[in-house]
Amino acid sequence: MNSQALAQTWYMTQRQLMAIIRQPVFLVISLVQPVIWLFLFGNLFKKVVELGGFGTTSYLDYLIPGIVVMSALGSSMWAGMGTLEEIERGTLNRFLTTPVSRNALMNANVVENGIATAVQSVVIVLLGWAAGATYQGGAGGLLVLVVASVLLGTVFGALSNALGMLVRRRESIIGINTFLLLPLTFLSSSFMAPSQMPSWMRHIADFNPVNWAMVAGRSALNGDPDRGLVLGRGGALLVLAVVAVGLSTRTFRSYQKSV
Amino acid sequence: MSTRAPAVAARDLIKTYPGDVTALAGMDLTIDAGTVFGLLGPNGAGKSTTVKILTTLARPDSGTATVAGHDVLRHPDRVRRAIGVVAQKSGADPVATGRENLLLQGRLYGMRGAAVRHRTDELLDRFDLADAGNRQVKGYSGGMQRRLDVALGLVHRPEVLFLDEPTTGLDPEARTAMWDEIARLAGDEGLTIVLTTHYLEEADRLAERIAIVDRGRIVVEGTPDELKGELRGDAVHMELRAEGDTGTITAALTGLPGVHEVLVDGRRVSVRAGDGAAAVPLLLAALERAGAAVAAATVARPSLDDVYLRYAGRRFAEAEAADARHIPALTSAGDAR
Repeated sequence: MNSQALAQTWYMTQRQLMAIIRQPVFLVISLVQPVIWLFLFGNLFKKVVELGGFGTTSYLDYLIPGIVVMSALGSSMWAGMGTLEEIERGTLNRFLTTPVSRNALMNANVVENGIATAVQSVVIVLLGWAAGATYQGGAGGLLVLVVASVLLGTVFGALSNALGMLVRRRESIIGINTFLLLPLTFLSSSFMAPSQMPSWMRHIADFNPVNWAMVAGRSALNGDPDRGLVLGRGGALLVLAVVAVGLSTRTFRSYQKSV
Repeated sequence: MSTRAPAVAARDLIKTYPGDVTALAGMDLTIDAGTVFGLLGPNGAGKSTTVKILTTLARPDSGTATVAGHDVLRHPDRVRRAIGVVAQKSGADPVATGRENLLLQGRLYGMRGAAVRHRTDELLDRFDLADAGNRQVKGYSGGMQRRLDVALGLVHRPEVLFLDEPTTGLDPEARTAMWDEIARLAGDEGLTIVLTTHYLEEADRLAERIAIVDRGRIVVEGTPDELKGELRGDAVHMELRAEGDTGTITAALTGLPGVHEVLVDGRRVSVRAGDGAAAVPLLLAALERAGAAVAAATVARPSLDDVYLRYAGRRFAEAEAADARHIPALTSAGDAR
């Protein structure tokens, strides 16, 4: 990508970030929701650590990475709604009649989603810290957690965008997201230690990208992280993110042909 | 002006959409540089599809087109640098301010620093948006949004400006203001304006040349006066005080110098005349001789509606209604609405 396309990616990213900041309702919701999860689940499941297998005696410590990853999933999977709106409003077509790099248009979505997810993750980590959670893995572990949640956000953001361009119906996005969010979250070690999960569920979770992000982040946050696990799950997420972005770029090309 | 290459040259453009909807059925179009050209037709006639192809958004199934001398299929990027597009749908970012929209648009064309800021200020001023420049676009009135859209299309000083239905959905006051604005733009040195509209009045008022589009092709093209002139003169409508004998009246009027197409319908008598005003005294005298007293007489210049009727074989409003029913697939695919 040349410097022109890079600059354009930045301008388009800036525009989208500005849109988030200008719509404080969304901003507040995306930050308040994790707090509610933290409070609800933190209290509801407080005693499950006594079952063992959580690697900590504080359920809050265990829960934070779960909430970080769940929130990354929950906010990214709606990216397609924004894309759909831009199509309906004519904004996308306006850009397409300018010489702007087509890659810049797509990449801006990825970068914006990544930045938003990273900020959201950091805020949750800070909130958890304020509530008394401890992060044994230190800064390095937190970095891995944030990167993993950004990668997961990239996967679902790109898929959601592809869906939006393909079906062009809000109802479809809402339906699929509602269908997927809870199963994806609960078929993972978000709230429950793997050793306490039924074994069939644990096997399904092995194929769940949400769980990959969870495992990578949580392992890195351990005092004694399993590098192989972190790199393995992180690498798988990276591959999946590349595939998802590639898919949404292809969908974007077919959208351009269907105008 | 005539020494320059045409701003737009399209040959035999054909485009069909899924579901066997033929949007373009052999569109030929040549637009001279520096003119205001109107594509006139009902919704669904193929105007928007033509604009989409000429602005590199859509690809034709077959046919060729150049805009500002560049091939739309081989060098879409060069075309994009040379054109400004004001689409039917606004496309401005509602959350951003007018100024931010303009700055971003300029930057997408590679304008930087003070140059793009000056241009933005200049356009905000010109389109009477200076006071609203720092407000979010979602708070703009319809007229303000449309003016911003036009400003967005002009940021990089294009050679060819496409205005796709620029006044659809505007209230009469905003429409008149937009007409004045477009008329002013037409005075800009060398700017070619391609205007699509389904308002006869708009085409008549703004365009130097008009092409009437019907069912995916151009049925006739010329200056508004040429098109109306081809209808062989004015219509003279007269109303009699009392119903007379149709045969007698027809005989009395037929053969008068410059008068043709005599139509008697009860008390209403209509004729076509090369020069309507000159024919009125002759018509009145002839009717008086035939014993029919005239209560009222009006002379009507031919309208574009008459032109449309002649070339498309149907009234404009009828075509509008019929085509609106026939092209649901097109509208739902994000085309005209």
